[in-house]
Amino acid sequence: MMDMNTPAGDAPVKVDIRHLSFFYGDTKALKDVSLPLYRNAVTAFIGPSGCGKSTLLRALNRIYDMYPNQRAEGEIFVDGENILDPKQDVNLLRAKLGMVFQKPTPFPMSIYENIAFGVRLYERLNKAEMDAKVEGALRHAALWDEVKDKLGASGLSLSGGQQQRLCIARTVAIKPEVILLDEPCSALDPISTARIEELIEELKREYTIVIVTHNMQQAARISDYTAFMLLGELIEFGDTAMITTKPKVQKTEDYITGRFG
Amino acid sequence: MRPASPLYARRRRRNALFLGLSALATALGLGCLAVILATLAVKGADGLSLRVFTEMTPPPGSDGGLLNAIAGSLIMTFLGVLFGTPLGIFAGTYMAEYGRHDRTTSVVRFVNDILLSAPSIVVGLFVYEIMVATLGHFSGLAGAVALAIIVVPVVVRTTEDMLVLVPDPLREAATALGAPRWHVISRIAYRAAKAGIITGVMLAVARISGETAPLLFTALNNQFWSADLNAPMASLPVTIFQFAMSPYEDWRRLAWAGALLITAAVLVLSVAARALNARKGP
Amino acid sequence: MAELTLAQDTRFTAVRKAPSLRRIARADAFFRALTRASALAVLGVLGGVMLALAIGAFPAFKAFGFEFLWTQTWNPVTEKFGALAPIYGTVVTSAIAMAFAVPIGVGIAVFLTEICPRPLRRPIGIAIELLAGIPSIIYGIWGLFVLAPVLQRGVQPFLIDLFGPVPVLGAVFAGPPYGIGMLTAALILAIMVLPFITAITRDVFEQVPAVLKEAAFGLGCTTREVIRGVVIPYARVGVIGGCMLALGRALGETMAVTFVIGNAHKIHASLLGPGTTISATIANEFTEAVGDLYTASLIALGLILFVITFLVLAAARLMLARIARKAGA
Repeated sequence: MMDMNTPAGDAPVKVDIRHLSFFYGDTKALKDVSLPLYRNAVTAFIGPSGCGKSTLLRALNRIYDMYPNQRAEGEIFVDGENILDPKQDVNLLRAKLGMVFQKPTPFPMSIYENIAFGVRLYERLNKAEMDAKVEGALRHAALWDEVKDKLGASGLSLSGGQQQRLCIARTVAIKPEVILLDEPCSALDPISTARIEELIEELKREYTIVIVTHNMQQAARISDYTAFMLLGELIEFGDTAMITTKPKVQKTEDYITGRFG
Repeated sequence: MRPASPLYARRRRRNALFLGLSALATALGLGCLAVILATLAVKGADGLSLRVFTEMTPPPGSDGGLLNAIAGSLIMTFLGVLFGTPLGIFAGTYMAEYGRHDRTTSVVRFVNDILLSAPSIVVGLFVYEIMVATLGHFSGLAGAVALAIIVVPVVVRTTEDMLVLVPDPLREAATALGAPRWHVISRIAYRAAKAGIITGVMLAVARISGETAPLLFTALNNQFWSADLNAPMASLPVTIFQFAMSPYEDWRRLAWAGALLITAAVLVLSVAARALNARKGP
Repeated sequence: MAELTLAQDTRFTAVRKAPSLRRIARADAFFRALTRASALAVLGVLGGVMLALAIGAFPAFKAFGFEFLWTQTWNPVTEKFGALAPIYGTVVTSAIAMAFAVPIGVGIAVFLTEICPRPLRRPIGIAIELLAGIPSIIYGIWGLFVLAPVLQRGVQPFLIDLFGPVPVLGAVFAGPPYGIGMLTAALILAIMVLPFITAITRDVFEQVPAVLKEAAFGLGCTTREVIRGVVIPYARVGVIGGCMLALGRALGETMAVTFVIGNAHKIHASLLGPGTTISATIANEFTEAVGDLYTASLIALGLILFVITFLVLAAARLMLARIARKAGA
């Protein structure tokens, strides 16, 4: 079922997914998925609609806990600890693994407050420190120059691409170690998309990035590793270069060449 | 094209009649509104003077104002909103955030909707039983409690409706940052639904401003100035009731003035609430 | 792009103060309990009302038994009370009010959804809703001082003369023209509840799928035929639900009715005669009621009213829930 095109085994693994199955009620949406996510690299989950790539992503920060009829079985090790363990502190987990969603979701507050909200969950800072924190986050999301004169404006007053970068700034402000991106560019125009892709290239120097995308070319452009999924199963995982040019599994090749999906 | 048959002509006539009647119905409805407002304006202005706001309710045959009634109404309305709003918001929060699909919520919603339209005189009787009969005297506080019971269903309904409109991705984004559930609700969901919830409170205030029946045997009425919550308290609606039913001309004039004041307050609140809702619209 | 990497950026040092897991769990549990208790309190209010009324009314039912419901006597002196006149008045005034309010309310809804030019839709809709916002005591004094004289001077004599010679109707519209009375109260109630019928009917009409209407228009149906043939059958349950909601309101109305009903504990054949309703009786007599049996009888009336309105409103909500489910809400 799964074929590994893994590179040298000494690349450090940040997140290790082992035999993960996921259920919406009685429906099994993920079937025994196992793969590693390497540190300071970009891993892309690709596949046609409904293949389970978003489900897999959302299992990583246990955001599914919000919904009572969704559950996961298996193990997910982050830095050696199994995060599916009920004793896991979920809030701290989410501080470590940040998430950016498909549609930009600025909070109904000012740009400044959007960033400060998350920071305040974890630190007590005076105004000067918070100002510095907000500026730093906005710089790292490549948004500072565009909003530095209107930090008090509502987050909703920005354009779509800017809003998404605000969400990224909000996520990096709490200094996570992994950033999970769920089709972050699908609601954006090509220019905004390009800027965010550049940003991801920069961010991977400090973070481990996982990106779900339905855009094959995007995955080829920015990711180091790619996981191809179909109907809840992991079909093939490996070096992006290898997968896109010489996939080992027929189904992968069919998808990449556009025969379906 | 086929020539128009007599059947077709009849259909067209019936249609015209039907539409004409509906236009007539609308004219009737609007006409009633216009007449009522005009009456209030004319008769109310006649009794309106600065004295209305500066003097107490007089005995029949002398001059006076409505100050104690206005003050009493303001006090009891304020307290009614103060007691009823938090309860209503919290209940609506449970229904929208924690128990959106569970059985308890369906039952509460059903009961709430019934309380929303329940006769307000029954609320007055209820509060009489638990607060006036037990303590042995009428009180402004009992009046406020009766008003609070009327406020609660209105606020519950609007709070639940507004919170349900807040999109889930917003909650997910806050949760993904590590915010605890009550943070997500109080800092994010409430904020997103703020305009709608405030509108609900304003509509509740408009509703209780004109309520008479619940005050009839809880706060009773008071001819003199009293801000004592433990004693009968004057209110504008009950005063209007008393004065209008009386045979005295100057009392009736004051009753119309009071009616004008209440209606103006209610209409201003209703229109303002609507304007607030429209501005922060979807 | 970022000039410094995150590691070099000293402004960005992570001084993490991990909030204790237990404290968060406690705060979450507390907030959840608080909101749940508030929701249950709503149920408590309903239960409390029924209980308090039942306890207060008990002496009356103990003294009179179920005969209370169909005795017309209402004598504070001999302490003999019966609910028939108030119940009759409540039911009849509400029924007549609905007879006027339903066609007018639905007519306005039809006008607003089909004929009204778009820019006028909102203002007229709001104006009709304002009718619902006017407090009932305002309707009361307007009814007493404006409507009643008009009825007394013009309309009622006209009706008396018109129906006088007719056998049954003559008794229904028999004089003298008081101006106030059951008919007047019914008319005031009609004006008060028609905005509710209009609002709900409008909502329900809008839930009818556009494709259904398009199909009917496409066949060449006139507006009237589309409404009668497609819209109303589809939305029938919802419209009935809206009417029942309005009925529930009319049954419980107090102040508007008290001013114009005449407050007579008798059942007349004539609609032009005075009568009383449950809420008017309570409003007029409660504060002067002397004696436990008198008070208990009034509370018993309140209980009867609450039960009637509860049943009507519950039926209304169930119907409205059905139409909402049908529309796929």
